[in-house]
Amino acid sequence: MNALFERLQRWTMWPMLWKEFLQLRRDRLTFALMTGLPAIQLLLFGYAIQTDVRKLPTVVVDESRTSESRALVQVLENTDNFRVVTAVADRGEAKRWIERGAARVALVIPPDYQRNIRGGHTGVAQLLIDAADPQSSGAAIAGAQLAAQARSTQLLAQRYQLRPPVEIRVRPWYNPAQKSATFIVPGIVGILLTITMTLITSTAIVRERERGTLEQLIVTPIGKSSLMLGKLVPFVLVGYVQMSVILLLGVLFFDIPVRGSLLLLYTLALVFIVASLGVGLLISTVARSQAQAMQLSFFFMLPNILLSGYIFPRAAMPEPAQWLGLALPLTFFLDILRGVLLKGVGVRDLLVQLGALCLLAGTLFTVSVRRFSKTLD
Amino acid sequence: MNAPSVVRTHALHKRFGELVAVHGLDLEIRRGEVFGMLGPNGSGKTTTIRMLCGLVLPTSGTAEVAGFDITTQAERVRRRIGYMSQRYGLYDELTVAENLRFYASVYGLVGRARDVRLAEHIELLGLGERLRQRAGTLSGGWKQRLALACATAHHPDLVFLDEPTAGVDPAARRTFWQTIYELANTGTTVLVTTHYMDEAERCMRLAFLSRGHLIGLGTPAEVVQQFGAKTVEDVFVMLQERDEQGAHPVARS
Repeated sequence: MNALFERLQRWTMWPMLWKEFLQLRRDRLTFALMTGLPAIQLLLFGYAIQTDVRKLPTVVVDESRTSESRALVQVLENTDNFRVVTAVADRGEAKRWIERGAARVALVIPPDYQRNIRGGHTGVAQLLIDAADPQSSGAAIAGAQLAAQARSTQLLAQRYQLRPPVEIRVRPWYNPAQKSATFIVPGIVGILLTITMTLITSTAIVRERERGTLEQLIVTPIGKSSLMLGKLVPFVLVGYVQMSVILLLGVLFFDIPVRGSLLLLYTLALVFIVASLGVGLLISTVARSQAQAMQLSFFFMLPNILLSGYIFPRAAMPEPAQWLGLALPLTFFLDILRGVLLKGVGVRDLLVQLGALCLLAGTLFTVSVRRFSKTLD
Repeated sequence: MNAPSVVRTHALHKRFGELVAVHGLDLEIRRGEVFGMLGPNGSGKTTTIRMLCGLVLPTSGTAEVAGFDITTQAERVRRRIGYMSQRYGLYDELTVAENLRFYASVYGLVGRARDVRLAEHIELLGLGERLRQRAGTLSGGWKQRLALACATAHHPDLVFLDEPTAGVDPAARRTFWQTIYELANTGTTVLVTTHYMDEAERCMRLAFLSRGHLIGLGTPAEVVQQFGAKTVEDVFVMLQERDEQGAHPVARS
């Protein structure tokens, strides 16, 4: 028992851990990256990125000037996709508003609009959209169709005293308010862990090689496993702290629900962390300088942001892009994060993701540890 | 006086592809010696040290360091030696005390034993006044002294110093050599490579390397005599000129 304690006390991983934490605390750039990145990501992606388009600035050319035309404008505004900025005299002026960018949409109601409706014909109005940005024009089109339908139903009901024969009632589960933050913030946890495990870990290892301290360590009796554990374990802890901070802020400021088990989430996160550490270690064996390690890490970040489903839905991607996404640990971890937090699912519904993550983690980590070991010889 | 040997190599050979860095080196270094290794750049000094430290494996031949074989017992060799590289291997963000504590701990020193040993060592190397300073803010001379302290904190049998005084001012070099002799007095053998002739003359014995061959061995006086020169510097220049003409007879094998 005593002998065991003594061996544990003399384990060379402890000084390595101790040194690593001191360095983390004192290296200003790393410290800034570790604390600043979560904050910036949260603000940027939580608040600034709103993929749902609302209140497009709209000008109205009302040539009809009747109660019907005013009712149409009202219905359109009620969809919340449009915000009427002003009324303008004619199409020419409306065009100029759009060209200047002061309005994205112009509603043109012709003089015969009310007459047509009252006379049993169809009242036709026109919506001119600046469709350069497909996302906002999509919102405008959807809004316009919704408004026309709503107004038609109202008029038909008035005219024939009928109830609409069909109605679909939509229930948006898991994110009823349809807020992008609810979707994005859990993803920030995944993106941050990726950054910490690849960027910060790889630069920390490459720095040791650059400064000659790695060579110094190899000459000491410190074992390979102590060296690697002492180097990697601190970053696992840093990752967990970051994850907790983001989750806490997400719950406090973005009303992110935590419907499933946090224990499950933290356990599965470890598999993801191991996979990402594998990438970080791999980068450190390839990069010759800290600058190179940083470039390679950012190069790795790009597909993670674009292809994993972090912001852009994977279902909308062409098939090859979807396959590429399957090679990224983040793709599966995002499913886990959103599944546990938003849907409250248990491990049974995440077996596929867990299996894929284990496979990726196993491969990446073995390959990189083997490569790294070789650099130590 | 025949002290036991700390380093003993036999036909030590290292080849990097086409290049033969060390060619059949036979060398014996005795306990308590301050042993100098001299030679122009690329003569095989650093490669020899790196082999003896277990950083690179020899292509052929054998070597024993502190009584252990460098290829089969590398782990045990590492516990008995210290190594100070040209790049010092210090952690800039850590203070002097923390660097010392780290390297001592990595060699398995823990608790009170470590603290006692370090206090003694800090005294010997005169680092007391700088303990709280970050290594990154030290001047060259102090960095060098700290690096030496870190390499010897575990009281090794043998310490390798690879060009330890490159880029350090003369005053600091002098105190450094005083420290080296103090270390040797505590029983630590010192193997040092250098380009400075005044330093070479301070060594107890010298080995001249040229293109991977050992071409001269003995006390500074013996070496000078052997080559029929006046000073160690003359020997060095003579060798280098021979090297540059490519007329070195032994190297062509």
